[in-house]
Amino acid sequence: MHADTTPGRKAAALAAFAGLDQEPGVPKPDPILVVDKVVRRFGGLTAVDVDHVEVQRGSITALIGPNGAGKTTFFNQLTGFDSADEGSWTFNGKQLKGVPAHRVARAGMVRTFQLTKALSKLTVMENMRLGAQNQRGENFFRALVPGSWRRQEDEITERAEELLERFKLDAKRDDFAGSLSGGQRKLLEMARALMVGPELVMLDEPMAGVNPALTQSLLGHVKDLREEGMTVLFVEHDMDMVRDISDWVIVMAQGAVIAEGPPDTIMSDPRVIDAYLGAHHDAPMSSEEFEEQLQEAEAELESEIEEKA
Amino acid sequence: MDWNTIFVTTVKASIGLETVVYALAAIGVNIQFGYAGLLNFGQAAFLGVAAYGMAVTVATFHLPFWLGILIGLAATIVLAFLLGIPTLRLRADYLAIVTIAAAEIVRLIFRSVKFSSVFGGSDGRQNFSGDFFAMNPYSPGTYGIGPISFNERVTWVLTVGWVLIAIACGLVYLLMKSPWGRVLKAIREDEDAVRSLGKNVFSYKMQALVLGGVVGCLGGFLFALGQASVQPDLFSTEFTFYAYTIVILGGAARVFSPVVGAAIFWVLLVFVGNTLSEAVSAGLLPSLFTVNNIGAVRFMLVGLGLMLLLIFRPQGIFGDKREIALDAR
Repeated sequence: MHADTTPGRKAAALAAFAGLDQEPGVPKPDPILVVDKVVRRFGGLTAVDVDHVEVQRGSITALIGPNGAGKTTFFNQLTGFDSADEGSWTFNGKQLKGVPAHRVARAGMVRTFQLTKALSKLTVMENMRLGAQNQRGENFFRALVPGSWRRQEDEITERAEELLERFKLDAKRDDFAGSLSGGQRKLLEMARALMVGPELVMLDEPMAGVNPALTQSLLGHVKDLREEGMTVLFVEHDMDMVRDISDWVIVMAQGAVIAEGPPDTIMSDPRVIDAYLGAHHDAPMSSEEFEEQLQEAEAELESEIEEKA
Repeated sequence: MDWNTIFVTTVKASIGLETVVYALAAIGVNIQFGYAGLLNFGQAAFLGVAAYGMAVTVATFHLPFWLGILIGLAATIVLAFLLGIPTLRLRADYLAIVTIAAAEIVRLIFRSVKFSSVFGGSDGRQNFSGDFFAMNPYSPGTYGIGPISFNERVTWVLTVGWVLIAIACGLVYLLMKSPWGRVLKAIREDEDAVRSLGKNVFSYKMQALVLGGVVGCLGGFLFALGQASVQPDLFSTEFTFYAYTIVILGGAARVFSPVVGAAIFWVLLVFVGNTLSEAVSAGLLPSLFTVNNIGAVRFMLVGLGLMLLLIFRPQGIFGDKREIALDAR
């Protein structure tokens, strides 16, 4: 069930964004994640300084920006993998500042990593089972009584098998995750994140290191997440992908959110162009500027001649 | 050369006190390092505080034997928390540094002159195993098959020891097949991934550290009881490294590998040592080898054997070659 066959959710997501200002921090009709004045400093360097940003529920939002814009640091802060020096953010109205990463995940905000973290020496199935929450057998004492967790384990396995089938990894069920290809690992990581039962899926560069043949399938899976009512926030460099799947784009540069907008128009926003390419990068030299430079050079020459005389 | 003596002592070593003690210590290391990936280089200290906890309670303060066991267990758990709380949130290497230093601190406190009224200095403590041997169901005599037999005291210690090993292996088997064990193995692979899936990594690492310490401390009790004395230098750093050698020899993260590894390690040491000393006394070796230096030569040969093992079978005896192949990717 790819997004193209059921346009309902996409249309709903796009309708929510219709008529919104393209200003950084614009309020959304139904935000799932609201970030306020989040700052992260590494010594003298301010890596993240986000004043206000909201992520609309049920949409696919892209977070883009040039290298070093602080996207991944921002991501790490939101998911509890890095701390914030200042600021606060709420997920479903719940304050998340200072909440450790595992509690953020339990609250329903699950992330993947830029460098895929497949658990190599666990089988694909064990990777999947690990994602399930509230497992009775994960308690030390109950673990010693297999009868107390067998049934739940069977249910988890069934859910995992469904997901593996959907991600076309069912043939790899009993292989070590370390033996998968880079793209398959990305798929496994995404499927494993879904085992948690998230409301907001945070993907850190889902397309990095994936061979082009798998890209389309991965894109389809990301769209499927929205179809199932989840919200997706992802960091990506591949602009084709951003244009293809995202409903809204947030642009970061030098730690701050500099612009927001729909994917079709955001790349022509002058602030975005400046951020990627630098201000005045391609403006042709006007005749006045040319004259000015010529006169400067002449004046320099004259002063040199005078000195020598 | 007296091959009969060599044979008898070697077979006895395979189930003897050292094998039992090192097997328990190695089962603990296997839980911590093999399954959870925690580099605890202070396993000797866990055995040490347990053995001293019991010995000091009984010998210094004249309190009951079972109270001594309880105090030994409590001391082990306290040590695990002391080492774990500051370091388990940090990168893995910090635990290694802290534990190796802590183990030396513990040993030096046990042998210090200042506390010799409590711990007995470098002589350690004796006269605490009476209650344990009073429970001995074996009547005086020897038990075993032909020349391979032990007196009633050793038989009692070994019986308790092998029962404890069986229990510990059963525990590890059950745990590592469960979702609890799955979380542990996942932490060994990548902590952050496990965190992102909603598991409290710190808590699991602490549980593994405590469990490995408690299993190891059973070895500490047996070490003390089997020799009817404790000395600080029994619990030096090389003890820990032998335990690691045993785990790697057997193959990390396998239930029986520490037990088989310990047996092989001690069989090798005893066999090579006895063969060398017999050969020296029979004048079969060049004069370079004397009774005084074959102890060192024995370790060199065993070390060479272990190196060859790691070159030709890096996964250990029970390990899965496919897992090692993954590391090379």
